[in-house]
Amino acid sequence: MKKNWPILVVDDEDVMCESMAAWLREDGYRVDTASNGQKAVELARAADYAICFVDLKMPGGMDGIETMMEIHRVRPEASIIIITAYATVDTAIQAMKEGAQEYIVKPCNPQEISMLVSRILKLKKLQSENAILRKKLTRQYRHHDIITKNPRMEEILALTQDIASLRSTALIRGESGTGKELVARAIHFSGSRAEKPFVAVSCAALTETLLESELFGYEKGSFTGANGQAKGKFELADGGTIFLDEIGDISAKLQADLLRVLQERRFYRVGGNEEVEVDVRVIAATNKNLAEEVQQGRFREDLYYRLNVIEIKLPPLRERREDIPLLAEHFVQRISSELGKDVGGISGEALKVLIAHDWPGNVRELENVIERAIVTCRNGMLDEADFSWLQRGPIRSDAWEIPDVPLGELERRAIVAALERKHGNVKEASTALGIDRSTLYDKLKRYEISH
Amino acid sequence: MSELCLVPIGGLPKNALQWIEAAAAEWFPLPIRRLPPLSIPEGAFDSTRRQYQSVEFMKMLAKLAPENSSRILGVTDVDLSIPMLSFLFGQAQFEGPVAVVSLCRLHQEFYGLPEQENLLRERTVKEVLHELGHTFGLVHCSEASCAMSLATHIELVDAKAEQYCARCGLQLVQRFSREGGV
Repeated sequence: MKKNWPILVVDDEDVMCESMAAWLREDGYRVDTASNGQKAVELARAADYAICFVDLKMPGGMDGIETMMEIHRVRPEASIIIITAYATVDTAIQAMKEGAQEYIVKPCNPQEISMLVSRILKLKKLQSENAILRKKLTRQYRHHDIITKNPRMEEILALTQDIASLRSTALIRGESGTGKELVARAIHFSGSRAEKPFVAVSCAALTETLLESELFGYEKGSFTGANGQAKGKFELADGGTIFLDEIGDISAKLQADLLRVLQERRFYRVGGNEEVEVDVRVIAATNKNLAEEVQQGRFREDLYYRLNVIEIKLPPLRERREDIPLLAEHFVQRISSELGKDVGGISGEALKVLIAHDWPGNVRELENVIERAIVTCRNGMLDEADFSWLQRGPIRSDAWEIPDVPLGELERRAIVAALERKHGNVKEASTALGIDRSTLYDKLKRYEISH
Repeated sequence: MSELCLVPIGGLPKNALQWIEAAAAEWFPLPIRRLPPLSIPEGAFDSTRRQYQSVEFMKMLAKLAPENSSRILGVTDVDLSIPMLSFLFGQAQFEGPVAVVSLCRLHQEFYGLPEQENLLRERTVKEVLHELGHTFGLVHCSEASCAMSLATHIELVDAKAEQYCARCGLQLVQRFSREGGV
C-alpha cells in the first residue's frame, strides 16, 4: 500500500467523492473524502495529504479556490488539483495563480489522471528523498557529531557555531588528518547556507591550468578539449560555501586570481570575457604555516590576510589523547556495521596501545588503523593483539633524533628547547629540566644562551 | 459456506458467463454460483454522457448480495463511468465484496473493428481477474503483463496476460491459505 502518500478528494457530490476515492484505492492509495471545504481543511490539519483533488464549484460555504487556499495554509507542501465540470480559461488561470498545481476538467480520461497522479507523486518522492538526504548531511556534519571532549576542540566547535552564519572567510590550519574538511562542513551545515551547495576542491591535486578551469570554469574553445562552456566550482557553489583545501600549494597566478574573487566576488571564466558574479563563502585550509610562507615570499601577504579573517587551528590527535577512546569506539561501531562484521568493542589493553601511539596521520590514521583491525579481527572484540603491528611506545613525531654530537651540545639544545616551550620563563624551564634555577643560570652563561 | 456470486446485468454476449466462470474457478478456491440476471439499475443512465453510472451498479449489487456470498461480481455490456472519469472497464470495492465489469469497451466493434470473439474472451477474463483481485486486496501491479496492472486504454488490456504475475498470485494464495478462502 502506498500509505505514505494519502490523497484527499473534496467534492459536494458524494458520488463523485466516493467513486473517485474507490478508483484511487484500487491503486493502493489511502484516500479520504470531504463533502465541503471546512471538512477538507479539518482533515488536512490531521493528515499530511500529498494530493488534494478539490472541486471548484461547491455551493454554500467555501468554494474550491478558498478551500485550496486554506488547505495550502495548513499544508503548504500538498499539491492541489482543481476539478471543474467546465473548462474556462479565467478560472484555470485564477486557480493556478492561487497555487493549484494542476487543473482538470471532469470527466477526464483515466490515463490522464493516472499519469497526473504518478507524475506528482514521483516529484514528491524526489523532494522527500532530497529533504532526507539534506537532513542526513546536516546531521552528519553538525557540530556535536564531531567527537571530542578536549577543551581546545570544544572551544573550536563553539567558534564554528558562532561564525556559521557569517560570510567571512575562514582559514583552517592543522596537520593532515585532523579533520579540516569536517570542520569546514560543520560551519557550512550549521549556518544559513546549509541548504545550498558545499563544494570542496583540493588545490594540491591539480596543475595550475587545470585548477584554474576547475575553479573558474571555461568557455567553449578556450583550450584544446574545451568542447562546451563549463561552470567552475565557484559558480557551482553559488549561494553556498567553497572549501579550498591545501591552499598553501597554489601558484602565484592563482593567488592573484583568488584575491580578486575574494575582493570583488566576481571573476571571468577561462577564455571568457563576461564577468560572473557569485555569492560564495570561502573556507580555506592548509597544513602549512602560511605566515612563514608569506615571510619566505611564497604566499601573497594580501591574500593571506583576506583568507585569515577567522583562523581555526586544529590540534593534532596526540594533543587530544583523551579523545582517542571516544573516537576509537565510534569508529569500531561505524566501521563494523558498514563492513557487516560483528565487532562489539575494544578492550582496555588495546585502548592503552592506541592512546600511547603518536598518530602522525591523526584521526584519519586512527580510522584506518581501526578499519584494518576490524577486517582482520577473529573474535567479537578488538584486543591488544589486533594492534600488534602498530608502532608501539611513546615515540613522538616531534621527538629528537639524537645526533652524533658532544654531550654538552645536547644539553645546550635541551635548555634552548625548554626555554622556547616555556616562552623564556627560567623558573618553569628549570622545573621542566629537573634542575634548580641557579644551575640553569650557570648553564645559560656557560653556553652563552640569551633568553 | 462462502461463495463467489456472478450476476449478469442486462444482456451479455453469448458464452461470457462461461468464460468468467472458468477463469474464476481457476484462480479462486470458492464455489461459484450464478444468480438470476438483473436489469440495468434505474437512474444509472446519464443522458448527457450517454453512459451508465458505475456507482449505481455497485449499490444495487451490494444490496442484493446473498448473506453467504463472499464476493459478488456484476457483469454488464453497457458503458460504465464515474463522474470524474470518462469511462471504466470495471470497478471494485477494495477488500470489499462487490465488483462490476463492463464488456462494452472490450469489444473490437467499439473501436470500429470487426468483432473477434476470442479477443473479447481474453479481455473479459483479464478484467474479471483484475476487479476480483482488488476485492481480495490486490492493488495495481507495476508488471505490465500482470492482470493487476492498471489499464487505462484497451492496448494496455491487451498487453496483460490472462493471469496474475508471480508476486500477485502468491499474495492471493497466501491470503486464501491464511483465511480459508475469504
